[in-house]
Amino acid sequence: MGLAAAEAQFHVLAVDDSVIDRKLIEMLLKKTSYHVTTVDSGRKALEFLGWNEGNSDEAIFSPKNNQEVEVNLIITDYCMPGMTGYDLLKKIKESAVLRDIPVVIMSSENVPSRINRCLEEGAEEFFLKPVRLADVDKLKPHIMKTMGKETLNHENQDNDKEIVETEIQSQQQQTPQSNINNNKRKSMDEGLSPDRTRPRYNNGLTVMSN
Amino acid sequence: MEIGGEYLEILGSSILMTDYLEYSNALFREGLLDGQFIQLQMLRDDSNPDFVVEVVTLFFEDSQRILNELSKTLDEQNVDFKKIDANVHQLKGSSSSIGAQRVRNACIAFRSFCDAQDVESYGFCFFVLFPDQMCLRCLQQVKQEYLLVKNKLEALLRLEQQIVAAGGVVPTLNDVS
Repeated sequence: MGLAAAEAQFHVLAVDDSVIDRKLIEMLLKKTSYHVTTVDSGRKALEFLGWNEGNSDEAIFSPKNNQEVEVNLIITDYCMPGMTGYDLLKKIKESAVLRDIPVVIMSSENVPSRINRCLEEGAEEFFLKPVRLADVDKLKPHIMKTMGKETLNHENQDNDKEIVETEIQSQQQQTPQSNINNNKRKSMDEGLSPDRTRPRYNNGLTVMSN
Repeated sequence: MEIGGEYLEILGSSILMTDYLEYSNALFREGLLDGQFIQLQMLRDDSNPDFVVEVVTLFFEDSQRILNELSKTLDEQNVDFKKIDANVHQLKGSSSSIGAQRVRNACIAFRSFCDAQDVESYGFCFFVLFPDQMCLRCLQQVKQEYLLVKNKLEALLRLEQQIVAAGGVVPTLNDVS
């Protein structure tokens, strides 16, 4: 149950110039228990992520800004007027602060060279439109990758002890530095405190005694 | 023996549900709709009961806008084929997203006939000489398919409303695509 609460916290930013496709992707993501924000252009996506043209990365991404807008995955259409999905992908991967956010590209056209270009530039996946629930189900591993390996161990009861140990370790590691990775891990830790892992042991024992 | 109101209600909604299944099966058989429409219906639930109606309404509004744009662009002295292509691409995308298969196919045909750059690859002289007229023909075809599917979708959604009003449940179709 702790994991379900953590899932609801994952925030996906969806970028598409089509109003119909925005509605569709929003519903698909909500069904998969993600918190969703949709925007209709690459430029608006970057604005949402806190990026401002002409400023250095250090100037904009103060820890305060970063905590207000936490995005765990960006899913974007390829063909958009102005800034394409590929242009957006490039900008994200070029940014020291944004590059760790997994990016997924969607396109209505199956063009192998396009797909390869996007994957080479760092996109995690390439979905052909129309996107389906089965596609959205593939997003979790990419989000989890950036969240840290501790969370994957929750699926296995035997590893619960390990998690408590890991979290104690990571709490010790957290120094007063304004390190963005630590901020991310911190928000995950808040959702998966050792207290929440203990009930699973109890539940397991109850089931076994029945 | 008096037939109970409950029995009549079940009978009434059963007839409607049968009608609905027959109607939607015909739409799929005729290729007006494809599996993507069923995907949309599968996303509908108790917390989002109007999802399909909302998406379809957005599709109608957006398509009308694009069709108006296309007519306007083709009416101009110097036709901007890039603009035409961009608009048809948009309509192709949105019709694909809701499962309006024949509209999507008409858009694909439109793009292949009216891509000014590809026109030379066709051996037909009149394509090269009158690309804008070819585009007009294609636009007519797209409009026709759009109006047809609009008509059918409106009827289908009306049937759904009637089923719900009669206390029935809209049958969920199986996507076999």
